[in-house]
Amino acid sequence: MSTESPYQDRILDHYRNPRNFKSLKTCSHHGEAKNPTCGDRLSFEISVKKGLISDIGFQGEGCAISQASASLLTEYVRGKTASHALALAPGEVMGLLGISLSPTRMKCALLSLETLKMALKKQKM
Amino acid sequence: MDTLTAPLTNNESIRHEFPLFQKHPELVYLDSAATALKPKAVIDAVSGYYETLSTNVGRGLYPLAEATTEQVEAARARVARFIGAQGSEIIFTRGTTESINLLASSLAPSLRKGDNIVVTEMEHHSNFLPWQRLAAERGLEFRILPIGKEGGIERESLEKIIDHRTALLSVSAVSNVLGTRNDIEMITDTVKKIRSAIIVVVDAAQMVGHEAISVSQLGADYIAFSGHKMFGPTGVGILWGRQSLLESLPPYQLGGGMVIDACAELPQYKPVPYRFEAGTPDIASILGLGAAIDFIEGLGIDAIRAHEIDITRIALEKLHAAFGEEITVYGPTDADNRGGLISFTLAGVHPHDIAQTLGEENICVRAGEHCAAPLHRALKIPATARASFSVYTTGEDIDRLILGLERAKKTFTK
Repeated sequence: MSTESPYQDRILDHYRNPRNFKSLKTCSHHGEAKNPTCGDRLSFEISVKKGLISDIGFQGEGCAISQASASLLTEYVRGKTASHALALAPGEVMGLLGISLSPTRMKCALLSLETLKMALKKQKM
Repeated sequence: MDTLTAPLTNNESIRHEFPLFQKHPELVYLDSAATALKPKAVIDAVSGYYETLSTNVGRGLYPLAEATTEQVEAARARVARFIGAQGSEIIFTRGTTESINLLASSLAPSLRKGDNIVVTEMEHHSNFLPWQRLAAERGLEFRILPIGKEGGIERESLEKIIDHRTALLSVSAVSNVLGTRNDIEMITDTVKKIRSAIIVVVDAAQMVGHEAISVSQLGADYIAFSGHKMFGPTGVGILWGRQSLLESLPPYQLGGGMVIDACAELPQYKPVPYRFEAGTPDIASILGLGAAIDFIEGLGIDAIRAHEIDITRIALEKLHAAFGEEITVYGPTDADNRGGLISFTLAGVHPHDIAQTLGEENICVRAGEHCAAPLHRALKIPATARASFSVYTTGEDIDRLILGLERAKKTFTK
């Protein structure tokens, strides 16, 4: 019945030592999203220059999956084009995590992508 | 039967009555507040109905159909006796949620603009959303009573929020998150002293089957509960209401089985409770609920309560001993003042990660808001983990919980 644990070393490493967990001095894009049922919360700050994501930082709190996913995602999209990031599919984020999850936990894993896209779609106020 | 009257000491024999433990011997089931496991006798009653009766209720004139009607009415009488009520006051619904929605819908025409409805901060969504919508639709004020010290309801705050325009107060008997056992007698007494016509509704989903209940003693006007949280099948619940009030209440759903004559311009409804039971009910589940009550009475409701207090006390002690300052337990500190459930947070480990890590070891706990978002907002926490107990919970289950939590702490603590 029980499948392989999602808490692989890589996930735990990104949870304990999140990459790009920071606030940017200046940014062109900002977005925040919440998963109200479990209280996961993410906020992304992104600096886009000439269509490229030159810097990205996230902050937030929540379960290991949501925070590790944000860490992995910021690592992945840094240096890529904003349009590439906007075109990312949920499956690709799951590929970055490299684990399989139940539908309930999938929401935790994909909050990062939702926040990233939300940020990229609107200019910072 | 006397081996079963001391549930704590004879726990193994009780576990044998629950077939799920034979299929999953390693299972540590600590999610009984979500749904209780089903004893064999209940499962047999459900399948027995389909195998030996299978006919509809209240209509047929041949022996098999008459037997079904008889058994459904016998189950109704058993429920009535179990809560100290009359059979005619027992309405079969699909569950607590439908019971409360039925009530909110049928009470709507009697409420007037400018009235107010009061619920508490600790309510489950099923005892919150129907009243919130009713208030919005009828132009009523929707008031939320804040919880007090240790997650209780205090007389003073009740007196502050209830006034002469209060039409209804709806409150849970036992909180599904805090475990608080609300003093319903004090609450009804306080409320009715301010205005005797205030309708008091009790969501007793987490109470019935865990401790003795007598509707006359509680003093409430309506009580809702579910079969599946008291060892019965899913798909059946109860709305109890005072006969005189039920008689003044318009029906909820219209259809077969609830009218005497439908040809006249105005249909003539059947007497209570049948006017509230349109359509074919979940007959198998109703018979299963009857068997669940027999099971509870076989163990003795007071023995069940005593066992739940024991297990809760042991769990509280062990959680505090193992995690000290790192664990926050919500609700009353004393096991005697709580139902058999404990919601908690562990520093550095998100409740979802707790539930998933424990799940990997076949330990079932719940994590999240437990359908009580307003309460979690009030406590200023996003989520909690919850372990809840029943007659089949053993001291060993609690030890496995502690070990699992220690492992989770090791895994996630930075």
